[in-house]
Amino acid sequence: MDLKGSLCADTWGKSSSSSGELPKRMSSNNSSFADFDSQQPQQKWEDQIILDYGMRMNSPFPEFNQPQTQSPLPCDSSNQIKFPVQMNEGLQANKTEDWDPKAMLNNLSFLEQKIHQLQDLVHLIVGRGGQVLGRPDELVTQQQQLITADLTSIIVQLISTAGSLLPSVKNNLSAAAPSIGQLGQFTGVLFPPVDDLKGGVQPQNSSGRKVSNNLNHVDLGGNCVTEQNHTVEEHELKDEEDAEEGENLPPGSYEILQLEKEEILAPHTHFCTICGKGFKRDANLRMHMRGHGDEYKTPAALAKPHKESGSEPMLIKRYSCPYAGCKRNKDHKKFQPLKTILCVKNHYKRTHCDKSYICSRCNTKKFSVIADLKTHEKHCGKDKWLCSCGTTFSRKDKLFGHIALFQGHTPAIPLDETNKGLAGPSDRREGNEATSKIGSSINFNFSSNVPTGNGTQNDMDTKGSADDSASFFSSLNFDTCNFDGFHEFPRPPFDDSENPFSFLIPGSCNYIPKTGGDSSLNTLK
Amino acid sequence: MSHPIMKKQKVFETINIFDLLSEEIVFLILDCLNTNPLDKKSFSLACKSFYSLESKHRKKLRPLRQEHLPKILTRYPSITHLDLSLCPRITDNSLTTISSACNSTLRSIDLSKSGAFSGSGLLSLSLNCKNLVEIDISNAIGLKDAGAAALAEAKNLEKLWMGRCKLVTDMGVGCIAVGCKKLKVMSLKWCLGVGDLGVGLIAVKCKEIRSLDLSYLPITNKCLPSILKLQYLEDLVLEGCFGIDDDSLAALKHGCKSLKALDMSSCQNISHLGLSSLTSGTGGLQQLTLAYGSPVTLALADGLKKLSMLQSIKLDGSVVTCAGLKAMGNWCVSLKELSLSKCLGVTDEGLSSVVTKHRNLKKLDITCCRKITDVSIAQITSSCTTLSSFKMESCTLVPREAFVLIGQRCHSLEELDLTDNEIDDEGLKSISRCSKLSILKLGICLNITDLGLAHVGMSCSKLIELDLYRSMGITDTGISAIAHGCPDLEMINIAYCKDITDTSLISLSKCSKLNTFESRGCPFITSLGLAAIAVGCKQLTKLDIKKCHNINDVGMLPLAHFSQNLRQINLSYSSVTDVGLLSLASLGCLQSMTILHLKGLTPSGLAAALLACGGLTKVKLQASFKSLLPQPLFKHLEARGCVFQWRDKGFQAELDPKCWKLQVEDMVGGGY
Repeated sequence: MDLKGSLCADTWGKSSSSSGELPKRMSSNNSSFADFDSQQPQQKWEDQIILDYGMRMNSPFPEFNQPQTQSPLPCDSSNQIKFPVQMNEGLQANKTEDWDPKAMLNNLSFLEQKIHQLQDLVHLIVGRGGQVLGRPDELVTQQQQLITADLTSIIVQLISTAGSLLPSVKNNLSAAAPSIGQLGQFTGVLFPPVDDLKGGVQPQNSSGRKVSNNLNHVDLGGNCVTEQNHTVEEHELKDEEDAEEGENLPPGSYEILQLEKEEILAPHTHFCTICGKGFKRDANLRMHMRGHGDEYKTPAALAKPHKESGSEPMLIKRYSCPYAGCKRNKDHKKFQPLKTILCVKNHYKRTHCDKSYICSRCNTKKFSVIADLKTHEKHCGKDKWLCSCGTTFSRKDKLFGHIALFQGHTPAIPLDETNKGLAGPSDRREGNEATSKIGSSINFNFSSNVPTGNGTQNDMDTKGSADDSASFFSSLNFDTCNFDGFHEFPRPPFDDSENPFSFLIPGSCNYIPKTGGDSSLNTLK
Repeated sequence: MSHPIMKKQKVFETINIFDLLSEEIVFLILDCLNTNPLDKKSFSLACKSFYSLESKHRKKLRPLRQEHLPKILTRYPSITHLDLSLCPRITDNSLTTISSACNSTLRSIDLSKSGAFSGSGLLSLSLNCKNLVEIDISNAIGLKDAGAAALAEAKNLEKLWMGRCKLVTDMGVGCIAVGCKKLKVMSLKWCLGVGDLGVGLIAVKCKEIRSLDLSYLPITNKCLPSILKLQYLEDLVLEGCFGIDDDSLAALKHGCKSLKALDMSSCQNISHLGLSSLTSGTGGLQQLTLAYGSPVTLALADGLKKLSMLQSIKLDGSVVTCAGLKAMGNWCVSLKELSLSKCLGVTDEGLSSVVTKHRNLKKLDITCCRKITDVSIAQITSSCTTLSSFKMESCTLVPREAFVLIGQRCHSLEELDLTDNEIDDEGLKSISRCSKLSILKLGICLNITDLGLAHVGMSCSKLIELDLYRSMGITDTGISAIAHGCPDLEMINIAYCKDITDTSLISLSKCSKLNTFESRGCPFITSLGLAAIAVGCKQLTKLDIKKCHNINDVGMLPLAHFSQNLRQINLSYSSVTDVGLLSLASLGCLQSMTILHLKGLTPSGLAAALLACGGLTKVKLQASFKSLLPQPLFKHLEARGCVFQWRDKGFQAELDPKCWKLQVEDMVGGGY
């Protein structure tokens, strides 16, 4: 979880990653991934973030593929084998998404839901395929027809509901289309789902994965936005949703394990059989065991124990939450299993436990998983992009994605600027200064011009400057009363030497106003 | 007999006959008094009831000073359109005054060129004027996001121009996008702080947008998809958007179907590839502007072939190939407007193939297509007989005989630019057949004389604009013919027509609509002629009498008295002194003054004049005055809204006319 935290901070921290900087960051991420325990569902999510928001078009193509292949879902080694076509499609889809991450957010969740249905169906077919092995051909064709009809209806629905999103839909469909085609091909060729566990190339599985790969980036936008709220629920959502990607295993195709509450909340899961000391990690236990004698120092004893013997088929393990009524509990109607023990732990703590960790910086955010707190603390206070709803964001594009998604939310201009802005452009003060300087440099010989009881300081300044001009006049020996225009002088003494017409000069694009010029320069870059 | 007398008395005692006129009828009459602003003034001064009726009737107002706003807004309660672009400064106080006085009647306000206001002023405007649909805050260079956020409170806003509001960022524009959902027209030109996010949000939130100007914004491809999804977008300007390139456009599979006008001028990173992918889905495109863009090659022209509704294409300043022009000639559409001004590579062959196909051309611009000859002119005039606007400045290879063809064949011409050409009197005589001609430019046409111009004066009675800059064959006779024959003349330039005397000016004083008069370098013009112009041409707003050495203070006095609409004056090198300059101060409209090399001008006189002219926004001055006058004076004037432009050019004696032409040709030659 620590790694996740650092990654998180890293990604969020660089709000505008330039394309030049990106490959470097990607590769560093990759190396850390390699070291990292592969049972981290967050990995993929991280990658997606980078890909979606950091990547600029085609440039880091190889980097793109790497993190994807290095973020396998647990116990799912077959996913590592991918077809080049699939990668291209993933990229293509990503590219489209990169086009417009904000505008589509609104509809993406809906899209996601729909495509999940599609996925369910695909998996169902795979599952059914195993059962109809050896059955007559009519049944197969009948089934195919049914599936085709279902798919068609979904596609039609997709298109009709997301009319404005036509290009992205098209993209998703085109990516999904081959998988449908493959389905047709492979319903005859039957692999029992159990076989998935072996590291063989599984056509059905990869076709299913293909769909989900395309989906990953689609629902990402939604995830990102909510993630920014830094609420515990979002963390959970992220974990579990990710764990679900491409999961939808048919019921019965996996083994359900349920840990008890005490087991879940126990600080240690691995115990030394000799001294009873507990460890969080298996590897740490093995390191500890070395101290108990030479027999534990052999390479065989230190090696990571193989989970599966390789040749024997083994049922996929999925986990259930012990909390009754929870969607993650196996008795729930729409039960969605958790993938790993870690998922169970995080889910249980986040959802069913007190949030006892409070951020020491803001004293508002509470967390039940310490890693979440650490992640939050990394960028607590750094969120400078503020929405009218009070939500803060560390990145401007996230804020705008949020605003694009919700009706009535609007960017909140920082208070200091609001004050400044409402008080007038900063050159106003210069103007006041200027005129007060005039006032001081010249002896006021106020005559009829000075009204009595002028209220504000501003007025004072104005009058000062007017009289000052009068003094110019008198020094030039012009009779004041000759000039009717004189009473017009009292204008608020704003100083603005900008030429209103200088925009006509071609070179003026580089022209920086004297106040706040920095900001305009920065944004230009 | 007594009866009628009785009645008459009754009428006089009780009924004012004007009372019989209903308010509606008076309003209808007032609707017709639009040509001269002074007419309405006269009307309102007739009697009290007319005064109040006129006050009630007036919808539009363009005040010159903000000081008078409280008064005039009380006088005119029905103002819907307030144009403050002539006010040197508009402060928050003024905006507050306006918002409380106009309240919900105000529909449109123009604050361009007067950016001394801030967010608080705009906020009171947005909150009080609920029906505000149009606002122009262009050039509010001090305005920040807070100001934009204040604007977002104007929920009914439909048109917003905020060009060159450089401090506004995505955040401010984001507020506007969320707040002003009804926006139909928006210009963000030169808002350098606004990027993809702000523009993208506009496209997401303001679905009604018809017209969007994103010129010179640092935007990239990221915001394009959402812009192109705008259902009603008709007019899109992407001039100088360097962040948009071919690769990204290629990924755009869908165009904007509603788009009618697209401007992609100066987009350096877009070639024909990106263009064709952008325009592939926009079948309804009618106007395409690609000035200073990628070379107009065969590929580019072929890529645009699909645009079946195209009516106008502007390729100004691009490199054009013959093959490209020929391919344009093969388009199945019939163009109405073609602009090839300053295009390199336009040849007789290419141009001929275009014009033979597009016979319905109404506007053709081939300015500075220096390679074309009489072949092109013959082809243009024979094919495009319905041309209404033809610009061919500096087509120097076209011989004088060719211009006869223009007059013979193109009778519908309303605008003709023949600046710097070989046209002679025969040509002019022929052109005088174009009786609809309203704009005629004959600058630097050294072969024309009074004879030809007299033909124009006799036949082209609708002439509004005449440019005779450095056409040195012209004398008083020619100008008199114009003055007699063209009563609608609004603009004339007789600069450096060195033989012109006061006689011309006296005859021109009959053109009561004249608003722009330029007579630089006419040594024979004196204050007498100027006085005639001042008395006769009350509409005069722009006057350039630079290098008219014989104009002195005597000329300024009638100007100061009669030319109450004068807004811009150039007095450089004339004999005007302190007195003359100071007398101009009575012109309330005067905004721009260029006063270089006035021998009789003393620092104190200048200071007095500058202080006295309360409405000045721009003054061009000799740099030497900068040190001669106290700095606080300039600071004060700048605080009033005046901008100083300091010039340090030495005194320039007038060159021999022929020498000038050679010098210009050298410069032009060096440029190529």
